[in-house]
Amino acid sequence: MRAFTRVTGVAVPLDRADVDTDQIIPKQFLKRVERTGFGEFLFFDWRTEPDFVLDRPEFAGAEVLVAERNFGCGSSREHAPWALEDYGFRAVIAPSFADIFRTNCTKIGLLPVQLAEGEVRELMGQLQAQPGARVAVDLEAQTVTAPGGQVYRFEIAPDIRERLLNGWDDISLTLAHEDAIAGYEADREREGPVTTGLAR
Amino acid sequence: MAGRTLFQKVWDAHQVRAADAHGAALLYIDLHLVHEVTSPQAFDGLRLAGRRVRRPDRTLATVDHNVPTIGREDGIADPLSRAQIEALERNCAEFGVPLFSIRSARQGIVHVIGPELGLTQPGMTVVCGDSHTSTHGAFGALAFGIGTSEVEHVLATQTLPQGPPRTMRVRIDGRRGAGVTAKDLILGTIGQLGVSGAQGYVVEYAGSAIRELSMEGRMTVCNMSIEWGARAGMIAPDDTTFAWVEGRPCAPRDYAAAVEGWRQLPTDPDAAFDREEVVDAASLAPMVTWGTTPGMVAPITGRVPTPDDLDDPVDRDATRRALEYMGLRGGEALEDIAIDTVFLGSCTNGRLEDLRAAARVIEGRRVAYGIRAMVVPGSMGVKAAAESEGLDRVFTAAGFEWRDAGCSMCLGMNPDILEPGERCASTSNRNFEGRQGKGGRTHLVSPEMAAAAAITGHLVDVRSLDVDLVNA
Ligand code: SF4
Repeated sequence: MRAFTRVTGVAVPLDRADVDTDQIIPKQFLKRVERTGFGEFLFFDWRTEPDFVLDRPEFAGAEVLVAERNFGCGSSREHAPWALEDYGFRAVIAPSFADIFRTNCTKIGLLPVQLAEGEVRELMGQLQAQPGARVAVDLEAQTVTAPGGQVYRFEIAPDIRERLLNGWDDISLTLAHEDAIAGYEADREREGPVTTGLAR
Repeated sequence: MAGRTLFQKVWDAHQVRAADAHGAALLYIDLHLVHEVTSPQAFDGLRLAGRRVRRPDRTLATVDHNVPTIGREDGIADPLSRAQIEALERNCAEFGVPLFSIRSARQGIVHVIGPELGLTQPGMTVVCGDSHTSTHGAFGALAFGIGTSEVEHVLATQTLPQGPPRTMRVRIDGRRGAGVTAKDLILGTIGQLGVSGAQGYVVEYAGSAIRELSMEGRMTVCNMSIEWGARAGMIAPDDTTFAWVEGRPCAPRDYAAAVEGWRQLPTDPDAAFDREEVVDAASLAPMVTWGTTPGMVAPITGRVPTPDDLDDPVDRDATRRALEYMGLRGGEALEDIAIDTVFLGSCTNGRLEDLRAAARVIEGRRVAYGIRAMVVPGSMGVKAAAESEGLDRVFTAAGFEWRDAGCSMCLGMNPDILEPGERCASTSNRNFEGRQGKGGRTHLVSPEMAAAAAITGHLVDVRSLDVDLVNA
């Protein structure tokens, strides 16, 4: 996983609430069996709208996405963070995120940043007024710096922060506790059900 | 010691490592369900790292999202869908994971076949790379959807790191009126508490209206927990639960002993929740969504809202966008909305009881002229059971198509999709833009309401038809 420390980049104001993962990456692209190449299909249906914000030239090469509340709701498809990351985004800022989406992001090094509703509004306003302005996201300091110089602090679970800062792979971390897993299985694992005995 | 909630009991029993100030708990996973869409990259990850599947005996795979629901004998026409299904077949063979593939009599939607086989049991932890895994919480299991990286994590370790969630109890009390189903209880709950109202919470549904529900109804309620953002939804197991699991292929052998253990699971009377909410079942009518999130919902007797009446600017914008997408005007009566298509199926309402309820409405009637209507049973097991009762004949005589099992038009990954502008009364769970096909317009309803819409050709209050309704 790619480590995240600090990113300063062009930020896109996507002024919509309840952006679901079906919009981020529609189902017709879920048939791929690879993990890469989803970026070009990001927000596929919305990109047919005239003047969709992502396609405006000022926002070329954007690395930060700013959206309204409940971002990433709906389907658990990790293809959504894959598409955002593959497109070039390193961080998403919103007043709230759907839980599964948030977790999926942190597994691949895409940083979900939760700010207060008013802070997001202020940031969104600045980005709409100055298209192409840059925003700094600093995971070490847990701050977002708006184009106007305002500094917003955000919270993140300490273990997730450490994992992202170091780019650690979650499975290796868990396998370091393999003894504890084997111990659980020996002493406390519930009996059944067993799937392997079922006739096909 | 203070009492514990149902959630807390299941959580405690599965901690391999407890959460500490620094990080998440490590939870043991009792059952991992796998399907073709969210697993290929996870198996690739295992191969790359030279890892194996730790517990194939606690893992079960099926194909559901991509499969055709018609003409299976001829194979899968779409090469991409076929490749994805074949990839799952290869992966399961290589890693020793049991699979019900497209020709199996047990194939079906993951969340339908888990309970049907008796795999889903009270007190378990269940995960799947699918957000509607919350369905299994109906049995008093802790069940939640995960992403593909987490699928790989569970395959490799049979555990998952989890931050402790907050807990909420929603009491749904009061007597449901005739024609008010489990689907209406959950749609009404989401409408009342908001489309992201449960974010960060594990929700326990309690109260007399929940107790009275069948297992199928409870699954419908828990299924849609994710539609208001919950990490999971749970219902305490009781005699209804025990009777349902008994005798199924994977039910515990010493059933009496198992039930004895399960009786300890319900929330203790002195246990505390982080939040409590109340919903009045008696005040609910059959519900229908008018917009593009499940929270955009109203009683069928109501009207489409007018954006300018809303105070919150974000709500106003969202409503305006939704009405434009849906091709509706503020103030329109919901009952006046004409439809083109009816979809009866999905992990929300594709079980036997759902098909029975719809069949009662349809029996002796015909699908309205020009309406496309289809039934897609949730599993091949449901299909066979329905056929043995003659339900297939009721549907086909009325003009419904009778299909094989799968997700079908719930998300339209297979050929069952809406055309742009096509309007559908659907028993599924998501009315997002384009969910059932690009430009398609979805109205979420109960099976009875979907059946009534098929007959009349528009959204209609099923209570106004002369039919024998549940709870009448
Ligand atoms: S029926 Fe729909 S919601 Fe359920 S698992 Fe399939 S696609 Fe997902």
